[in-house]
Amino acid sequence: MIEILFAQLRAFLVRMRRQPALDWPLALALLLLAAIGLTTLYSASDLDVRTVVNQGARFVLGFALMLMLARVPPQTLRNWTPWLYAGSLVLLVLVAIHGSGRGANRWLDLKVLRFQPSELVKLTLPMMAAWVLNQRELPPKFFSLAIVGVLIALPAALIAKQPDLGTALLVVASGMFVIFLAGMAWWRIALIVGSVAAAAPVAWHFMHEYQRDRLRTLLDPESDPLGKGYHIIQSKIAVGSGGLFGKGWHHGTQSKLEFLPEHTTDFIFAVFSEEWGLIGVCALIALYIFIVGRGLMIAANARDTYSRLLAGAISMSFFVYVMVNGGMIAGMLPVVGVPLPLVSYGGTSVVALLAGFGVLMSIHQHRRLHAR
Amino acid sequence: MVNISKGRLRVKDVRHEADTFRMRAIVGFLVILVALSALITRFAFLQVTHHEEFTAKSEANRISTRGIAPSRGLIYDRNGILLAENTAAFRLEVVPEGVKHMDAMLAELDGVVAVGEDDIARFNVARRNKKPFESVPLRLKLSEDEIARFSINRWRFPAVDIVPYLTRTYPYGETFAHVLGYVGRIDLSEAQRIDASLYTGTTHIGKNGIERYYKDELHGTPGYEKVEINADRRQIGTPLERVAPTPGKNLYLTIDARLQRAAETAFNGRAGAAVALDPRNGEVLALISIPTFDANLFVNGIGQIDYSRLLNDPLKPLLNRAIAGGFLPGSTMKPYVALAGLELGLRKPSDTVVSTGEFHIPGQARGYRDDFPAGVVNMRTAITESVNTYFYTLAYEMGIERFSEGLGRFGFGVKTGVDMVGESAGVLPSREWKRGHSKEPWYPGETVVAGIGQGYWVVTPIQLATAAASIAAKGELRTPRLLRAEQNELNAAPQPVPPALLRGTTITRPANWRAVADGMIGAVNEAGGTALGLGKDFPYVIAGKTGTAERFSRTDETWTSIATSSAERHQVLFECFTPAEDARIAVVVALEAGHSGASDAAPIARKILDSWLAFDDDARRVAGSAGAP
Repeated sequence: MIEILFAQLRAFLVRMRRQPALDWPLALALLLLAAIGLTTLYSASDLDVRTVVNQGARFVLGFALMLMLARVPPQTLRNWTPWLYAGSLVLLVLVAIHGSGRGANRWLDLKVLRFQPSELVKLTLPMMAAWVLNQRELPPKFFSLAIVGVLIALPAALIAKQPDLGTALLVVASGMFVIFLAGMAWWRIALIVGSVAAAAPVAWHFMHEYQRDRLRTLLDPESDPLGKGYHIIQSKIAVGSGGLFGKGWHHGTQSKLEFLPEHTTDFIFAVFSEEWGLIGVCALIALYIFIVGRGLMIAANARDTYSRLLAGAISMSFFVYVMVNGGMIAGMLPVVGVPLPLVSYGGTSVVALLAGFGVLMSIHQHRRLHAR
Repeated sequence: MVNISKGRLRVKDVRHEADTFRMRAIVGFLVILVALSALITRFAFLQVTHHEEFTAKSEANRISTRGIAPSRGLIYDRNGILLAENTAAFRLEVVPEGVKHMDAMLAELDGVVAVGEDDIARFNVARRNKKPFESVPLRLKLSEDEIARFSINRWRFPAVDIVPYLTRTYPYGETFAHVLGYVGRIDLSEAQRIDASLYTGTTHIGKNGIERYYKDELHGTPGYEKVEINADRRQIGTPLERVAPTPGKNLYLTIDARLQRAAETAFNGRAGAAVALDPRNGEVLALISIPTFDANLFVNGIGQIDYSRLLNDPLKPLLNRAIAGGFLPGSTMKPYVALAGLELGLRKPSDTVVSTGEFHIPGQARGYRDDFPAGVVNMRTAITESVNTYFYTLAYEMGIERFSEGLGRFGFGVKTGVDMVGESAGVLPSREWKRGHSKEPWYPGETVVAGIGQGYWVVTPIQLATAAASIAAKGELRTPRLLRAEQNELNAAPQPVPPALLRGTTITRPANWRAVADGMIGAVNEAGGTALGLGKDFPYVIAGKTGTAERFSRTDETWTSIATSSAERHQVLFECFTPAEDARIAVVVALEAGHSGASDAAPIARKILDSWLAFDDDARRVAGSAGAP
């Protein structure tokens, strides 16, 4: 057993030396995004160097992980997939038993490392879904979909139980992307969308009060300006007062004077919007579009179905984070604890995202050699 | 490609899968583009379409405008002696937002620093006009002990703080209480009346006297500062903009503090009032009302014990007798009745009347008493010796219409218009007045007793002083006034206020003045004069008239019941001016109880004149302003 692992490690190191190539456009775009993130964080933390250094360290860790994963052939990942998926489920169960966190058990404290297993699931679930569908006839038929459905529902239920409905929905989305990209029939998609819409009132019934409040607040933030509506009101003020060109870096009064809550984490996009204006917002979103587009291109050129589905799901999930966070900042979507990818302060998210891009890089390196 | 899994063999159409994926990826990417375009549109909606609105909200978040209370104007006497100043003190302030259970907190605080019910009432009034995060004063003027006690217990009251402020202090709290009045905390009715923007940051308002009459001048205009604040409402950095408040004007009164003190001392605690005027311009040189109170008690909220003591005192220390005390003028009214007779053409100075000791209205049995049978008297002697019969006759001949009209010219029955709050109009006997107060018709006998200042008469000391000053000024009736000059800032030159307007002319012919003045000079300086000896060793000739009014009718039961002491039966008065020929001061002294005007009121007037004399010389030397000496 040990010998096998040893041999694999040696083979891995050899490959690393031979294949140093990354997808440079994607890597540069990620580096640029990291730079924007750290700059915004420096301002949002009111020029607190420690915060920026902390976050920088996570980026270093994340990029290192990305480089490592880039060297792992998709084949290997595919072989590990069931174990990784099972492992992340175990972690979720552990969190459910004894986790920590404000108001919700989302964190697993490993003494040296404190992280959210739900972030890990965002990667392992699409891997698992891709792994299953890769072995089955595509477009997926009912039985395949049922299997994937159960695989999605398990972690989603555990996360929703924490309770973290926002992340649970994101996890569900990452699994659904795999199904969608695998070619699930359009009529099935329509059926699912329709039944979700029909189930909304039922969902409302099962929601926690704080979740209902968030939805209520979204619909009418002014009803409770100092309470539940405060986040949305202050965020909209920050965004709106930024105008076309913004107030300038570190001139955003909403964050500097602490009117804007959570301004280094979930609401950092509002800080960015206040300081850089609509021009900055457009540039940032353009960068996100480029990253997602590049990810989808890599997926399209992937060697096998597993890689394709995985790369596609990772890319589209990335978009969902941007959309959900941006929609929350702009008062379009309810307040859910979703960070702005690679900009918000927070370690697990950065490392998990960059790990995902590591997988993308790997897929890129092992693309079809006969690609056009 | 062949995929072997779990023993089943299936041929996967790899190319088709790749094509499907490509199609789905393109569709997905298009959806992404549409979604992110929607997001950008939403940002544009906030950042461009509604930019102005959110900018305003952001500014409103960030900028707080705070009023800065102006410092209240100081009050000086005519020579620059400070009568009302602002001194540093400490008070407790509460930020209501930081208190969960206000009543419980106040009760707990009361265990450390005494917080009275009226403190809490005023605190609640003050809270109404403030936002919950604004600090509201609770307890004023903390003693050193209280500051120490609170400091130790401060941790228990996170929303309460000790704050320095300026408080009004009256260095001569008792001597000037009736002149200056006092400031006190703004109460509910005042809070509704005042312009809240003018009183932002101000807790006190003039309640009485000069402090109230000139409250707008003394108050000034508040300034403001715009400060950047954070979400906790804490100020960040230095103010962005600051407009300094305009302090209230400093006021220079016409009062001479030395004369005021001397007059107070001369009363020796006897209930009454005195007013000293400069007949040339109506300036009030002294105005006292005894008993008095310490105005400082009211500034920071008077305690219940002190307040009920003042309220329930039978001598009514809170009553300003000088402007609101009603006195029967008695014989002090005679010079005016004489002048009315002269001015109406009913008498010549040389006309005589026989005093037999009793006057009868023709056809009536009732007799009107004279003190003694003076025989044949002319006007001058009648005033000098205060012969009642002369004035019974004159008043009777005048009849009530002409009497009211002639005496009304001296300003009786109406307010003098002195720049103070709370003046009384008194009563000028007239048919109209009686019609308003009684169903009975006017009887001629009432005219007769009115002729010697008895009956329905009610005058205030300031009315009598104004009238006396008009004789002293040879007929010029002036509105008395207390404000001499205003000063806009500490080092600016005080700006004299325009002189008071002439209210009227009471004497049209010099001969008329001569006759009455001679009678008044005689009263002080000639044998038979009611106040003979009062002018002894005084460098100037004093003209004066005594008055001893009976507080009760002789048929009244009270008369007999308290008849043990004549001092309790009489209101006694004295009016005078000097130098007689060219008067610079007119003084009226009124006591609520005494033997006679000559024995009780006149000596007090003389003491006031003596002290005036000491200051008069240098006053003339320095000023030389208001007319020739």
